[in-house]
Amino acid sequence: MTTVTTSPPRTASERSPVDRAVMRRVLRVGVLAGGVMVYTAAIGMFQTFNDKEIIDPILSLSYLVLFAIPAVAGASFSKRVAIEGIETEPLSTLDIAKAAIAGAIAGVVVALFALLVDLFPDLRGTFPKLGPQMVRLLTLEYSVASGFIVLPAISAVAAGAGAAFAWIPERIRRPLLLAGASIPVLSMFEPLVDDLFDEIPAITDFLYSPAGALTITSSIVVALVVAGVSYYLRQRDPIIKKRLSQSADVSVRRRTTIVLAIIAILAFVVLPQFLGGIMNELLTNVGLFALMALGLNVVLGFAGLLDLGYVAFFAVGAYTTGVLTSPLSPTWDPVLSWWFAFPAVVVAAVLAGLMVGTPVLRMRGDYLAIVTLGFGEIVRILLLSDWLSPYFGGAQGIRSIPGIPVAGTQVNATSPELMIYAVLVFVFIAVYVSWRLEDSRIGRAWAALREDEDVAEAVGVDTVKAKLLAFVTGAVIASFAGALFAAKVGTVFTNSFQILVSIIILVIVIVGGMGSLPGVVVGALVLIGILGGPNQPGLLQEFGEFKLLIYGALLVYMMLKRPEGLLPSVRRQRELHQDEFLQDAWLDKGEGDEPQSPGPSVAEPGGQA
Amino acid sequence: MSEQDGRTPALAFKGVDTHYGAAHILKDVDLEIYEGEMVCLLGGNASGKTTTLKAILGMVEPTRGMVYIDGQPVNGWTTAERVKAGISMVPENRRLFKRMTVKENLEIGTYLRDDEENFEADLEHIFELFPRVKERLSQKAGTLSGGEQQMVAVGRALMAKPKVLLMDEPSMGLAPVLVAQNFDIIDQINRAGTTVFMVEQNANMALSIADRGYVLQTGQIVLSDTAQGLLNNPQMRSAYLGEA
Ligand SMILES: Nc1ncnc2c1ncn2[C@@H]1O[C@H](COP(=O)(O)OP(=O)(O)OP(=O)(O)O)[C@@H](O)[C@H]1O
Ligand SMILES: [Mg+2]
Repeated sequence: MTTVTTSPPRTASERSPVDRAVMRRVLRVGVLAGGVMVYTAAIGMFQTFNDKEIIDPILSLSYLVLFAIPAVAGASFSKRVAIEGIETEPLSTLDIAKAAIAGAIAGVVVALFALLVDLFPDLRGTFPKLGPQMVRLLTLEYSVASGFIVLPAISAVAAGAGAAFAWIPERIRRPLLLAGASIPVLSMFEPLVDDLFDEIPAITDFLYSPAGALTITSSIVVALVVAGVSYYLRQRDPIIKKRLSQSADVSVRRRTTIVLAIIAILAFVVLPQFLGGIMNELLTNVGLFALMALGLNVVLGFAGLLDLGYVAFFAVGAYTTGVLTSPLSPTWDPVLSWWFAFPAVVVAAVLAGLMVGTPVLRMRGDYLAIVTLGFGEIVRILLLSDWLSPYFGGAQGIRSIPGIPVAGTQVNATSPELMIYAVLVFVFIAVYVSWRLEDSRIGRAWAALREDEDVAEAVGVDTVKAKLLAFVTGAVIASFAGALFAAKVGTVFTNSFQILVSIIILVIVIVGGMGSLPGVVVGALVLIGILGGPNQPGLLQEFGEFKLLIYGALLVYMMLKRPEGLLPSVRRQRELHQDEFLQDAWLDKGEGDEPQSPGPSVAEPGGQA
Repeated sequence: MSEQDGRTPALAFKGVDTHYGAAHILKDVDLEIYEGEMVCLLGGNASGKTTTLKAILGMVEPTRGMVYIDGQPVNGWTTAERVKAGISMVPENRRLFKRMTVKENLEIGTYLRDDEENFEADLEHIFELFPRVKERLSQKAGTLSGGEQQMVAVGRALMAKPKVLLMDEPSMGLAPVLVAQNFDIIDQINRAGTTVFMVEQNANMALSIADRGYVLQTGQIVLSDTAQGLLNNPQMRSAYLGEA
């Protein structure tokens, strides 16, 4: 009797630690998701996003972002980590239940927050974003009390859906995800689409409501088309993959790369013709930042020197152009044309590169970063100082800088469809030069320097020369951007050369992929094109205020999940695969394959184990 | 050293002192290494062995005394110039470029050579010495085993076609069988005509293949003799050869 009665409580107590761990996890995920949701509201992101409709009139960006949070959190319950030797737990309805509970908890957290704001209107004094309007939006226009039902309910559904998503077979999941993503993307890129199909108003009229969002009908159509196309392509995927792997042979690969490069170049050359002023202006900014990022890529990606004051070289290019070409230049009388000023810009950049490079020759890693950070600021502060103000215009800067004279016209900001070509030419030059350099002797020296400075020196790399060359090359490329920038905007003043510019360029290089030329260009396209630069609007104007927040979040995410960048250099990728391949081949061969030496020293027959 | 009279040493120190800041490391060191020789430098931890090699390559400048390569004073020459003059080093702990492939590591070895067209042929020579390296050519160096790394490090140094090969503790961290193999290869390289100057703590092993040896103690040369002489030296036996 005793044995029977004692056994059930024993199992319960054995199981309880597991249950408790699960409960704790559900609670943690729920509170965390709720916290993130509250955060988006507290910083005003939620309210700002409310103005942007995604599907007119049923869904705005604010609610999409808000409830995407529990959905992503819920999906984490269906995630399985494959560990060799341990069978992964199959997906179960329990996961969905856990996710839904976590979602409900998140909803309660948000409702509590709304209640708090409602109860203490004084909070507004400290947190101006918190107010009755936010409470109303957050509770979906219901009362605060019903928020406690509505918010947990929707969050639970979102989280449950996130978890259930993993149940859908891969074949369907992918098209579904793409279709789902295409709606907000298309809605948010409305200005671009509008601009592209300027000539064919029927397309934009069909797609978008007057508010500039997809309509219910058009979103259904878009989703169906995207899902259908993606499903079809997915079926053909194995065939394409096979064809690619068959062309593993280097010459074919090379040809593919060249063809792709030509297509990309053609696209860049032709595209501006179809774009309006705003889009070309935006692409010009992308180009300027891509140029700077390409320059920093030489310094950081190739040579491994972390220069945090890189904006100084941009400033040198811009100011040299300003001083030499502006009729209002305080220092220089003869007004030179941009073309004649250009060689002087290059010379100034070389000198600046040497000036920054020489004192930091002996510095490594963090010290180098800190000192260059200081340099960047010193340049800006010196330009503002009483000492240099008379020469460089101080806070007012230098105005009336003419554009680039080409065939009788001035290329500047008023002609973005021409300016874009000027920028593109220099981007191509920078890409070509970087590409050639990476493959050259100095490129190898940089790689050695990046990996191990001492050994690089020991194998005969002149580390002093290699470092200075990296700084000078980077400086010259940034000065191109500076010269173009001065001609484009017509005014240079210190505000354009804040430390933030250095940081943004750094983020572009890191997010794109250090040392990868396509990566850096794509990084600039994505970050500057979509989010925008420090003073330049991007495609998603809604994100304007939160740009830096997103930059920061992206940087953290990339460092954690994909430190090699969006588009790591192809060579590295191949090496990695080759690596695995070789390792497998090695394992297959098994033991008994001990190091062979031609010498007689392997005396023990059979070798050692 | 009487047998060498009249010849110019491939490598020589005359009264060399070095300092790291205020710390006096090498004290009045004299060395002479002749072409074709294999000479080892023995000594305990922190006696200044690595510093000696760095002074040869110019990574540390003497505060007093002269360094000669082929009879030419090289004080003030950059490391690159000395590498160009035919000195090449296998650094302590191998120190490969870990994130580069084996091939790229070997390629870097040729950095200062003008005859890049001979790269493939020299690569073949490395494969003859180390067949294993060939299989690993496109593997990242950081993922190689310790023994393989040693092979690549020696290969990288040889790719520079050096007249004098400096080796800093080639046996460090290797299993006994690999150490024996390793010394075998060094011997082979030396017999093929490359002068070898080797720093070792494994005195027995080093002296078994070397022609001569120096013993360094707290920065001073305390003994210098033929390998046989050192092996038989009672003082040496008690201090370095692990005999009571
Ligand atoms: N860069 C440096 N700065 C300051 N002191 C140094 C430096 N490098 C070496 N030393 C010191 O110089 C002394 C000799 O160092 P060295 O590396 O030549 O020794 P070693 O004989 O090679 O020793 P081991 O057998 O452990 O490698 C040590 O006391 C060491 O701490
Ligand atoms: Mg040492």
